[in-house]
Amino acid sequence: MLEKYRNLGLSFLVVILGLFGIYLVSGISPYIMLKSIIISAFGSIYGLSETLTKSIPLMLCGLGLSLSFRSSIWNIGAEGQLLMGAIGATWIALYVMPNAPKLILIPMMFIVGAICGGIWALIPAILKVKFNLNEIIVSLMLNYIAIEFVNYLIYGPWKSPYEWGFPYSTKFPISAQLPRILDTRIHYPTLILALVLAIFIYIILYKSKLGYEIRVIGDNIDAARYAGLDIRKIIILVLILSGGLAGLAGVGEVAGIHHRLRVASGISSGYGYTAVIVAWLGRLNPFLIVFVSFLFGGLLVGGDAIQVSLGLPGATINFINGLILIFVLVQSFSKIRLYSTKKGAER
Amino acid sequence: MEKILQMKGITKRFGNIIANDKIDFGLNKGEIHGLLGENGAGKTTLMNILYGLYTPDEGEIYIDGTRVKIRSPNDAIELGISMVHQSFKLIQSHTVVENVALGLRDTSFFYPHKQIEKKIKVFSERYNFRIDPNALIWQLSAGEKQRVEIIKAFCRKARIFILDEPTTMLTPSEAKDLFRLLKLLKGEGISIILITHKLDEVMEVCDRITILSGGKRIDTVDVSNVDKDKLARMMFGQNMVLKERQEYSINFYEDVVLEVRNLTVLNDKGLPAVKDVSFDIHRGEILGLAGVSGNGQRELIEAITGLRKVTRGSIKILDEDVTNIGTKGILNRGVAHIPEERMRMGIVPSMSLEENVILRNYDRAPFSNSLLLDYGIISEYAKGIISKYRISALNEKVPAGTLSGGNIQKLILARELSISPVLIIASHPTQGLDVRSTQQIHELLLKKKEEGCAILLVSEDLQEIMDLSDRIAVMFNGTIRGIIDIDRANIEKIGSLMVGV
Ligand SMILES: Nc1ncnc2c1ncn2[C@@H]1O[C@H](COP(=O)(O)OP(=O)(O)OP(=O)(O)O)[C@@H](O)[C@H]1O
Ligand SMILES: [Mg+2]
Repeated sequence: MLEKYRNLGLSFLVVILGLFGIYLVSGISPYIMLKSIIISAFGSIYGLSETLTKSIPLMLCGLGLSLSFRSSIWNIGAEGQLLMGAIGATWIALYVMPNAPKLILIPMMFIVGAICGGIWALIPAILKVKFNLNEIIVSLMLNYIAIEFVNYLIYGPWKSPYEWGFPYSTKFPISAQLPRILDTRIHYPTLILALVLAIFIYIILYKSKLGYEIRVIGDNIDAARYAGLDIRKIIILVLILSGGLAGLAGVGEVAGIHHRLRVASGISSGYGYTAVIVAWLGRLNPFLIVFVSFLFGGLLVGGDAIQVSLGLPGATINFINGLILIFVLVQSFSKIRLYSTKKGAER
Repeated sequence: MEKILQMKGITKRFGNIIANDKIDFGLNKGEIHGLLGENGAGKTTLMNILYGLYTPDEGEIYIDGTRVKIRSPNDAIELGISMVHQSFKLIQSHTVVENVALGLRDTSFFYPHKQIEKKIKVFSERYNFRIDPNALIWQLSAGEKQRVEIIKAFCRKARIFILDEPTTMLTPSEAKDLFRLLKLLKGEGISIILITHKLDEVMEVCDRITILSGGKRIDTVDVSNVDKDKLARMMFGQNMVLKERQEYSINFYEDVVLEVRNLTVLNDKGLPAVKDVSFDIHRGEILGLAGVSGNGQRELIEAITGLRKVTRGSIKILDEDVTNIGTKGILNRGVAHIPEERMRMGIVPSMSLEENVILRNYDRAPFSNSLLLDYGIISEYAKGIISKYRISALNEKVPAGTLSGGNIQKLILARELSISPVLIIASHPTQGLDVRSTQQIHELLLKKKEEGCAILLVSEDLQEIMDLSDRIAVMFNGTIRGIIDIDRANIEKIGSLMVGV
């Protein structure tokens, strides 16, 4: 049991090491930094609510990525898939059915957002199965295209005439805005959706035929081929699902928080990338991913806080996130190697 | 006798399994010591401990009388121990030379490549192990990989050689050459531990034999004091009898199950590996495919099972053209495939035994409905398979990768034979199986034959081919050099066809 959470514990150490590195550059004591991260993220109702708010997109993206990583398909494009989801939702809310009642409009936004995210992930999937192109590179490149696409829309065709020239789309009608808990920013329908999907994904992975196929392909693609599994179909399906979940996260952000489409960096502060770390630290386990999302939500909130209160640059938290990612990847890949040379985990 | 190695009271547990239970094992200088025991007896585990892959829970190891701690293969190599592994530990995307180089210490700093290539060439010529030093590992057949493992171990100077089932995929003449080499080394004072399930081999080369059973050491005996029957009884208990060649009718039906016509298939380098091959297998017939590995057998089988594209010619199953329709389509027509490399092609190591058992029919009733798997039924089914095929495992939930080599093989056989196939493609079906399981599988294959299955049996073990086949096709250099009826076949004749004479 302890062994299981070792990575989480060690990541905490990595965070402290990172803070120490920042200390060397900035002279601000790591203790103070850590304290203000923890207090601002978890020390007040407001902090907790912000942490929870930020954990929602991490959960959805992380859950999606877990499906893809489980099948050893390296989707690095959650960021772009999230943005496409946001675009889809905006399109529905402002241009397709702005007058529809809430009960129809909101579900439609989620559905179309998921479809948009799914289609965005379908591109690397098809290029992979048809032309054997590496999905890491394709999905990563598509992130930049999605970012530019959002920016094009809000500076161009979708730019609102009512926003004094700001690069915003028009504000969503009330019926397209998600309800929140009291005066926090927790758009709880998305949160509930994420929690339900965590259960759902657990069932997919461990109880369903698709999950079985995912695990076979992820662990030994040769055996999958010899047993006649339809590998292409499964890769395509997994990437669509993975992108669809990220798309839902994008819908949640625009419908729950911003109520409009705005510059890409305003919609997502790198949720799609942070989710890669979340998925790995959560050991690709849906429930653990929910928990780790919460911790990372806190790290993001705390990062914002030390930026303001201690005057540190905005990249500080990205730096720490990067450290954790490298650490986690080294950890898990060295495990994979050990596993294959020892022909079975030693217990 | 001078003791070079002493293992005392070695115990190793994996969860609730005791793989080694207070085992004492001594090795004399300049002896060939056989290690025998049924599948899952704990042989590989004991040797992995000696080679530093596992640390024992209890027990001590002495080399030349001094206590040593072997924490990693590096330590073992340092102590002069070298090992040929049961499952291949080669790096797929590297060449033969590079793989051999990985284990070597005393290579020159500049151009080690040339030096090693020469070493391999010398070795392979001297001992008749044909191998292309610059081939990439993934392009090699299992038999060729086994040769690489052997070359790799012997290019390293060592005082103790461990060979874990080195001959499962060698032809009889290659095995003879290997044993000649072992005897030579023995003469130079080198000590050898040989794990094998072939009792003939044990009787031929070993000086002493240690028998393990259920993780315990049963006895250590001089070869001169035992015979094959006695060894079998020591391993499996008093009522174990070694059977001679199974009696079976060599009649088969007229109707053709597999029809291969003018088949041409390319290998991974894009060169023709199978050239204009034609043959039929009939209902109730076992066709043996003999040949030195690397002569196109692998590509032929991959073409028949839809894993490799057919460039010319046709394949029909039960009169239906299945050329290039893909693996799933072919397997779904009732084709069982026992692949040559069990670890890489046959199982998903991290998934449980029960999940591996249903790999061929997980998508059907009763194991699943349109969406979900029914783990209750799957687990009942797996339990049945475990007892029917005597798979030794703690339970059906353990990861398949933790089973012993022979038990993984049984798992694959069980899975493939229980889909009620019309055609069975079996590559080295009994590789790594102990004598009793081998007999059981032979009986099972013959029963399938009687039930009307057509069987393509690929093996380099000529004895197995002779024992089971109705007709024997010999493959050399991508072509079939002749198909011989069993009553007119003998080992010499086939052996010479195999080398192209
Ligand atoms: N890494 C592991 N994890 C869990 N159990 C293991 C592991 N390795 C081996 N075992 C178990 O230990 C027992 C002995 O296995 P071992 O591989 O030593 O058998 P063996 O004598 O080499 O058999 P074979 O002839 O089939 O190769 C088996 O029951 C096996 O399931
Ligand atoms: Mg073994």
